[in-house]
Amino acid sequence: MENEFLKNRLNVNRRHFLGKAAVGLGSMALGSMMMPDLFKTGDLASSFPLGLPHFAPKAKRVIYLFQNGAPSQLESFDYKPMLNKLAGQDLPESIRNGQRLTGMTSGQSNFPMVGSYFKFNQHGKSGAWISELFPNIAKIADDICIVKTMNTEAINHDPALTFLQTGAQVGNRPSMGAWMSYGLGSENQNLPAFCVLLSRGRGNGQGVYSKLWTNGFLDSTHQGVVFSSGEDPILYLNNPEGTDKTSRRRMLDKLAELNHLGFDQNADPEVEAKIKQYEMAYRMQTAVPELTDLSKEPDHIIKMYGPDCLVPGTYAANALLARKLSESGVRFVQLYHQGWDQHGNLTGEMPLQAEDVDRASAALVTDLKQRGLLDETLVIWGGEFGRTNYSQGKFGVDNYGRDHHPRAYSIWMAGGGIKGGTVYGETDELGYNIIKDPVHIHDFHATVMHCMGLNHEAMTYKHLGRRYRLTDIAGKVIPGLLA
Amino acid sequence: MNKKLINKAFFLVFTLTGIVFINFECTDSTAQGVPDVIDYNFHVRPILSDRCFACHGPDEKKREANLRLDTEDGAFAALQDNPKAHVVVKGNPQKSDLFQRIISKDTSLRMPPPNSNLTLTEDEIKIIEKWISQGAKVKKHWAFIPPEKSPLPKADKDWVNNEIDYFVFDKMKSLGLSPSEQVDKESLLKRVSFDLVGLPPTIEMQEAFLKDESPEAYEKVVNQLLKNQHFGERMALNWLDIARYADSHGYQDDGLRTMWPWRDWVIHAFNSNYTYKKFITWQLAGDILADKMKWHPKAKEMKLATGFNRNHKITQEGGVIDEEYRVEYVTDRTNTFGKSILAMTLECAKCHTHKFDPISHEEYYGTFAFFNQVPERGIFGTIDASFADPPNMEIKNEDVKSIFNFINKKDTTKLQVMIMKDSSVLQPTYILERGNYDSHGKVVDFTTPEAILKFQNYEKNRLGLSQWLFDAKNPLTSRVYVNRIWDQFFGRGLVKTTGDFGMQGELPTHPELLDWLAADFRQNGWNIKRLVKQIVMSSTYRQSSNVKKEHLQKDPENKYLARSTRMRIPAEMVRDHVLSASGILNEEIGGPSIKPYQPKGLWEVATSGRGTLATYVQDHGKDLYRRGMYVFIKRTVPPPAMLIFDASNRDQCEVQRTRTNTPLQALAMLNDPHVLESSRVMAQEQMLKNIKIEEALENGFRSIICRKPSKKELMILLSYYEDEKAFFKNEPKKTLALQKIGEYEHKNVKDLVGFAALLQTYQMIFNMEETLIRV
Repeated sequence: MENEFLKNRLNVNRRHFLGKAAVGLGSMALGSMMMPDLFKTGDLASSFPLGLPHFAPKAKRVIYLFQNGAPSQLESFDYKPMLNKLAGQDLPESIRNGQRLTGMTSGQSNFPMVGSYFKFNQHGKSGAWISELFPNIAKIADDICIVKTMNTEAINHDPALTFLQTGAQVGNRPSMGAWMSYGLGSENQNLPAFCVLLSRGRGNGQGVYSKLWTNGFLDSTHQGVVFSSGEDPILYLNNPEGTDKTSRRRMLDKLAELNHLGFDQNADPEVEAKIKQYEMAYRMQTAVPELTDLSKEPDHIIKMYGPDCLVPGTYAANALLARKLSESGVRFVQLYHQGWDQHGNLTGEMPLQAEDVDRASAALVTDLKQRGLLDETLVIWGGEFGRTNYSQGKFGVDNYGRDHHPRAYSIWMAGGGIKGGTVYGETDELGYNIIKDPVHIHDFHATVMHCMGLNHEAMTYKHLGRRYRLTDIAGKVIPGLLA
Repeated sequence: MNKKLINKAFFLVFTLTGIVFINFECTDSTAQGVPDVIDYNFHVRPILSDRCFACHGPDEKKREANLRLDTEDGAFAALQDNPKAHVVVKGNPQKSDLFQRIISKDTSLRMPPPNSNLTLTEDEIKIIEKWISQGAKVKKHWAFIPPEKSPLPKADKDWVNNEIDYFVFDKMKSLGLSPSEQVDKESLLKRVSFDLVGLPPTIEMQEAFLKDESPEAYEKVVNQLLKNQHFGERMALNWLDIARYADSHGYQDDGLRTMWPWRDWVIHAFNSNYTYKKFITWQLAGDILADKMKWHPKAKEMKLATGFNRNHKITQEGGVIDEEYRVEYVTDRTNTFGKSILAMTLECAKCHTHKFDPISHEEYYGTFAFFNQVPERGIFGTIDASFADPPNMEIKNEDVKSIFNFINKKDTTKLQVMIMKDSSVLQPTYILERGNYDSHGKVVDFTTPEAILKFQNYEKNRLGLSQWLFDAKNPLTSRVYVNRIWDQFFGRGLVKTTGDFGMQGELPTHPELLDWLAADFRQNGWNIKRLVKQIVMSSTYRQSSNVKKEHLQKDPENKYLARSTRMRIPAEMVRDHVLSASGILNEEIGGPSIKPYQPKGLWEVATSGRGTLATYVQDHGKDLYRRGMYVFIKRTVPPPAMLIFDASNRDQCEVQRTRTNTPLQALAMLNDPHVLESSRVMAQEQMLKNIKIEEALENGFRSIICRKPSKKELMILLSYYEDEKAFFKNEPKKTLALQKIGEYEHKNVKDLVGFAALLQTYQMIFNMEETLIRV
């Protein structure tokens, strides 16, 4: 099923990526990982990939540092001294204005406001207010764009996470990374286009679930592949004990002979596709461990990310691995760091969580910048919603908790296409409502897609009669975030 | 240095592929070229629906210019702005505003408008023009006309075996294709075995079939397989996807649930050949039926069947709003009902009237009302509060000895299953504005989409809903099921979109055959085994799957069935095949799900740490070797090897799996301990037989590939075996490591080097392309 256009496109990509050869292996076979839909069984029509951006992309790759559980914006990036002044006073009903409450605080008789226990200072040329919990992120204030007006409708973790990752609160829709894999393919034929890295902090945690990196109705080739920095970086990657690389090679050679005999008989093009998949699997067995081995990173890099980066499964190790994957051409690297759900004991838990991620998050941005990659890599840091300006449970200025708050919360972005050194949007002086420049989840998606050279209204996938988009039926690009 | 060049290349290629993409998309919904006689259903409506209905269709709230093209009245109406002009003027494209708009060069007039990102191809414009010239006849949507049997077309009497073949022969002839030769006996046996019981034929079965030269040999095998208890498992597999069956509740904390007795019932129902009518009626309304027939010995079984509608996910996240989730569950049932039994995308009418199909917002909630009567909670409790939220039923130990003798209960602990029940007082159902759980519109009565069949004179409950489904005038029920079974046996439905028979769905490739089968299925009492036998006895089914040049030229997708389709077997059967070929499969049927070998830390890395499913505790002994359909499904972390082979994550009702071919599949076959262990046990057993190596190789090949190897193949196997033997001679450590693989009984083999080489050879055979193919 040769196709002129397709061949042409593969060649273009081939030249492009041979030039990079970041993995250190120049091996060239083209497999489904690169153009994932090529080897789909079934009709050609629906399997034709979109493949390329709609317009010149600013960013080629995304690294999404997901802070799972919802870090408080009021102890990180949204400075509200008024809350310290009004500490203990009830949140006025006029401010809450009908906002529905989760079952965890809906029974509370009053809503005592509470200010940050942690100090804030201004940083960088922009003078962004950042709390003392994030000293390293504060140092890169001029590289990042803090968005203080993210908002969502979801008030519970599962629907909020699902919304942020798939564009809908419920349903089995493709994740952001799966959309990018579908639309843009992979830059590296030895690696999946969409990789997922998991870690857990010391705070109250919520689980993660494979639905968050699902391919939904897209081909399963677009599903996020979970990587670990441990022994077996991808499931089933390692040969079993007793089988080494040379044994494997001998087997694959004979296997190909047998499969060719089969092809002589049945002439099914799928047989040839299968042979290619085995060759690619073989190459992955070398390429992936080479990549996930962090022990050979130079000292200055280890220092930058912190000693934790040599401990497999930590956030720091994952941040470093994310850089390596991204540098090697992985389109979308998604991290999840659990433990940000501070309903109580916020003052005890949040410093621990911040300690886990602050240094490595900042190091990642700096590292990319030093390698000249920040311009083409979009880095996103943030959770699924914010936290209330009033205390959940018992109130104390030095010991309080915060419930879920969907109306306004903060994230930051850096790199490809994003205007660094800015603070976007404003909340009211109680940090409850947005007063200027809201950024809804759909807008966020539209903007990320824009940075990747994709028109969020044009990139659709027809499934059961309907053309689906990551942005569902809404969303607009936010020019104020763009460089 | 050449960044600019690359950018240019990007653009160039994008432009090219953009064009290709659009072309492909269009051929997707219409026939190639412009036919001589234009048929509204087959040529025109697919274009109008896909490009126009979203703004000029059923949804009155989004309707532009008060113009609708989905009804006859709308299509011939006068224009709102210019009452003298009309949308379509029969016989006169030039006077038809529709045609003028689609050819207009003025972007402010052109339809579809540029900002819709939709376009029409030249051929599509010609089709519309020709349709108007030929008199612009409008027809009812094909799927809403009840199916009837048409007379059998002429066909080659020597080739046809039953009615199916007449229709298939006629179609392929009209496209210049002719049937392939009958497939060889070994391949036929492998095919029918996988299709009917999901397992490979043993060497003994292969021998017996090869020896039996009587004309009835094949039918005998078919009859045996249909009686085999694994038939129920094979048929249940697809139903579990539809029913979104899983062993956990599904939202973030994702605790254990015990729905497996319902799964045992599904297997039992297929094995007992319950009619499709009974199968569906009991699942939809078994509780209501049981209350009416308390005397019936199977009353309790009817209730168990209703577990179907409780298989959806249930939240255990503290702090959620109860009503939000209760509404979500009712929504899930409504959507599942639409997709699985009607093949209609009902869910598109949840927030507003359907954009393409005649399903109003009110009708959606009228259907929703049937499932909205359950006395249930959005959240019954947080993790481990319950394995079966109410309403539920208890399966008592004495039941298992009598009425529930098909339930494989292994211990005497209390066992509860979720079932359906209606509240004693009627719960009002409201239209939910924009689909929001807390935006109540007006109250609606029980109803269904009228365009399918008017809901009248049926009971106003789920039993009535079932009566509506099995009314002889319902145009969808039998078509949809017959099509799904066809999809299972041919790898492609007669209607490719098995979950969408609406305007946006694909058209049937063989409309007369689909209708004949649907009418026949209904007239013969919805008899599932009969339908399956009809299919596997046809000459169409028994063709060779070898691909010829003319196939690739004229019909690469094999829509017209001039050959059989080679298909990779489903994920669960990959496991079944490996275990069965090596003789270690535990053939036990039903019971609680099992936890086989899984990669380390699989559940731990993703869990919140709460509940019984926070850590993965692997089973040992016989349970390690049970069929793939019994592998424990924790929804938030489904078994990875299953997902790699395209299994459903059981998040929602799924009617069709994709079939991909990826390097991760290669890695799983090469390195999954189950495959290695199977090779190990097989090598061990063959070594202990003290037979010649050629015989051991042939035995392995026949067990795995299900046919005798050719001389060439045997030579390759032998040379690989010898190479490996030479290698392992100097590698005692590696030999030892291989010997230790897996927990299955380890026996002492004298010739360890020969054993290691044989193990590797079997491992290679397991990785042959043909292994996982239903030939």
